Amino acid sequence: MKNGKIIKVSGPLVVADNMSGSKMYDVVYVSDYKLMGEIIELNGDRASIQVYEDTSGIGVGEPVYLTGAPLSVELGPGLLESIYDGTQRPLDVIRDESGDFITRGIQVHPLPRDKKWDFNPVKKKGDTVVEGDIIGEVKETVIVTHKIMVPPGISGKITDIKSGKYTIEDTVCIIQSGKEKYEIKMYQKWPVRIPRPFKEKMLPDEPLVTGQRVIDTFFPIGKGGTACIPGPFGSGKTVTQHQLAKWADADVVIYVGCGERGNEMTDVLQEFPELKDPKSGQPLMKRTVLIANTSNMPVAAREASVYTGITIAEYFRDMGYSVALMADSTSRWAEAMREISGRLEEMPGEEGYPAYLGARVASFYERAGRIIALGSDNREGALSVIGAVSPPGGDLSDPVVQATLRVVKVFWSLQADLAYRRHFPAISWLNSYSLYFENIEGVLKKEVGEDFINLRAEAMKLLEKEAELEEIVRLVGADTLSLPDQLVLEVARSIREDFLHQNAFHEVDTYASIRKQYFMLKNILFFYEKAKEAISKDVHIKTIRELPIMEKISRMRYITESKIGDLEKLHDEIDKEITRLINK
Amino acid sequence: MLKEYQTVVNVQGPLLLVEGVSGVKFQELVEIELPSGKKNKGQVLEVENDKALVQVFEGTTGIDIPETKIKFLGKGIEIPLSKDMLGRVFDGLGRPIDKGAEIIADKMADINGAPINPYARSYPNEFIQTGLSAIDGLNTLVRGQKLPIFSGSGLPHNRLAAQIARQATVLGKKEAFAVVFGAMGITFEEAQFFVNDLKKTGAIERAVLFLNLANDPAIERIATPRVALTTAEYLAFEKDMHVLVILTDMTNYCEALREISAARKEIPGRRGYPGYLYTDLSTIYERAGRIKDKKGSITMIPILTMPEDDKTHPIPDLTGYITEGQIILSRVLHHQKVSPPIDVLPSLSRLKDKGIGKGKTREDHADLFNQLFAAYARGKEAQELAVILGEAALTDLDKLYFKFAEDFENRYVSQGEYENRSIEETLNIGWELLSMFPRVELKRIRDEYIEKYLPKKEEKK
Repeated sequence: MKNGKIIKVSGPLVVADNMSGSKMYDVVYVSDYKLMGEIIELNGDRASIQVYEDTSGIGVGEPVYLTGAPLSVELGPGLLESIYDGTQRPLDVIRDESGDFITRGIQVHPLPRDKKWDFNPVKKKGDTVVEGDIIGEVKETVIVTHKIMVPPGISGKITDIKSGKYTIEDTVCIIQSGKEKYEIKMYQKWPVRIPRPFKEKMLPDEPLVTGQRVIDTFFPIGKGGTACIPGPFGSGKTVTQHQLAKWADADVVIYVGCGERGNEMTDVLQEFPELKDPKSGQPLMKRTVLIANTSNMPVAAREASVYTGITIAEYFRDMGYSVALMADSTSRWAEAMREISGRLEEMPGEEGYPAYLGARVASFYERAGRIIALGSDNREGALSVIGAVSPPGGDLSDPVVQATLRVVKVFWSLQADLAYRRHFPAISWLNSYSLYFENIEGVLKKEVGEDFINLRAEAMKLLEKEAELEEIVRLVGADTLSLPDQLVLEVARSIREDFLHQNAFHEVDTYASIRKQYFMLKNILFFYEKAKEAISKDVHIKTIRELPIMEKISRMRYITESKIGDLEKLHDEIDKEITRLINK
Repeated sequence: MLKEYQTVVNVQGPLLLVEGVSGVKFQELVEIELPSGKKNKGQVLEVENDKALVQVFEGTTGIDIPETKIKFLGKGIEIPLSKDMLGRVFDGLGRPIDKGAEIIADKMADINGAPINPYARSYPNEFIQTGLSAIDGLNTLVRGQKLPIFSGSGLPHNRLAAQIARQATVLGKKEAFAVVFGAMGITFEEAQFFVNDLKKTGAIERAVLFLNLANDPAIERIATPRVALTTAEYLAFEKDMHVLVILTDMTNYCEALREISAARKEIPGRRGYPGYLYTDLSTIYERAGRIKDKKGSITMIPILTMPEDDKTHPIPDLTGYITEGQIILSRVLHHQKVSPPIDVLPSLSRLKDKGIGKGKTREDHADLFNQLFAAYARGKEAQELAVILGEAALTDLDKLYFKFAEDFENRYVSQGEYENRSIEETLNIGWELLSMFPRVELKRIRDEYIEKYLPKKEEKK
């Protein structure tokens, strides 16, 4: 291939001429350091290149090597349990090669080439297959079976299929179509900026259970849905994202640390191999892929990291899995776009962000969804996307927040004042919303309880009422309220402190199954009903407050999943204690 | 052979445009010889065809177009590193200014460093005792953390930083911290305060100081934190030392960055600061940390003054997004003579959970912390309520919380500038304060700890 020549270097942006024949978004290697870059603008013979590595020491006249191929990821066995940088270079291998600091121009394979995988064919010689069909399986980790699929665009008759231990570069299957003969390997490549194809998209119809009470009960996300978490610093975006990555009932989790702290990735790397998945009892790491572009790593690779992440996620979705992708934080991705756009001297839109910010954000989230995958078996997969947004000063009028809110269906609003009060997760119950209720209502009613939806609505009403009453309290003090209103305050406080508040660092409280959530809420609201009755029969609210069940209600969160029966018993205790008060 | 150019075509603010050059590299170090014979240093910001844009660290005063000579040195900005730097004072670019000998380099290193591979990081979890209750007890600092102090003009952040530098130790280990001090645009008086304080306690022997004072060239400030951190990395990861880096004042650094950005006519982000301020700051802050299998560590305390005490100003805002928490100083507390005036409610140490508890501080630390915090927050609310309704309108319980908040500020947060409290003392003061409440109010503490640690009320005499 021919070479271009550098004529300008400005930070992560390099301009080269003699580049005719190259295409937009082709990958190039810059200078003899072979720094990876991507073409983002073409002008006659000239190309502007965003470089994924530090460009210090690069000068005019140095060569640019064309590859003719777009930025792609390798998809195959070996993805799980890996930690990659923004362009899918494994960071553990980089450390082996270059030490504790990341140096430039390292080229390593994303997937291990020497490792042998046990390939079990599920098709046989003579079978006819179409694109997306599963031809074999590899047990990649104890919990995830990697399905080897016919790459998109290929179909025909299997003339040979292997079984046994092979590396990903060995041919495991040959497909004949007319005169064409395709050698199928265990891995395929896919360009990151193009969504992987599927047969049909459908609406989400069941909840992605996250074990977080405020989310599952009040603002749930559907499998295949989208959500965003905007909030100022210190409001707990990252802890919430980590909680979701840990406990969401997805088969595969992709965690993209985009422009955030290095120590946070270390935290995940240390914690995930030790934490157990509540479903399978196996270490969480066995179902996780990490993409880490920390804030001090090159800015252009940050732009690529979210695409790398979502392409890997789509690949697992195509196998028929429910996949969840967490991106923390999409603001850093947008800022990377802004920086490159500024260097290209494009006319800026709001706050210096490029005019195409909204379109890019929308098309990223649109890659989520519940789908029927390619292939003749009509298997169903889902990809849920949850993005954190870090608006400056927590200001929700920030263009990135606004662009995101236009496309996502769930909004978890993190509030600084809740965080100051150490109410975590600091998700505001008054501002947040979820638009998936209608979709998943059926499943919730069937699997949790007919009255679950009503309980939720009632609790929400109490919380809203509390907000109103608080205004009055602030003006005239709590004692002036009527007794029923004082009770409302008491119960709303209980919903907030005993239900919504959840301690991510407590070994039991960190995860609550949806059934546990249901019983907890049911008990609190049952208490409300009974107490209301008591008050109408002249029992003073003070005596109710002093009941020992109050403490039991506040300790519901510490009841382990295996003892959920205790929560049902508590229901009877509430009944007994308050009835006794009434009859006294 | 290095070529020399005499082809400056444009001088604007801190920037020079040189034409007709060849072989110039991005971020290359430049030597500029003024007509007066003085030699300034600069760095290449952009190269295009035969033109190079150079930022001059010492400013462009005295540079002319016909006679100024430009030499491209073929390397980035490097500084000589050696253990002999301990006890020495340098300027903002790492040149000795204490009349001592030049540093004989053990090795040369580029000041930009390279990002630590996240895979190579080791999670910070060793408690650092600063001797300050408000930090040790409530916003615990751990080794390898980056914890900034958000301050305002006229608040005693320097005294606080000096006290931390003086007192910081890792519990149970006698090793003292080496201090790397990077001053950016602070006044002579402020700098002298640190120097004197370090001298007085003898800590200067294990300190390296980089001083760019208010009247030193502003652009030099862009290099100062990087020079300081390159030194810190050398001491920590090659010489196995535990290093505490104090950078003050980051606000001045950001303003220097804005000056360059404005001179380049870049599209500004918020308040005129460049859009890449976040990325730029992170390349400084993220150099703190620990590395697997290495003994040393870098703990960083950057200090910044918030313009108008506004936490949403881009500098504190972006800093807060990168650092692992923040210590916020409050003007109100300062007026109330609470010293240090640390506002514990909005302050936060993100890494505290990993640094406290059994075997690190004491088993009851986390529960005690939560209880103190909740009680103080409620006390503050009671104080607000009292302002509106009058103290008499408070319930008895709220009056108690009201009193607690006062006592807490005066006895727990407040302490002498030379008072070095052990973690035991800090925890015990906390328990003493809580003993004013009836036991049922201590909901966040496990019963066993209450039994064990709550001071027993004295028997009636």
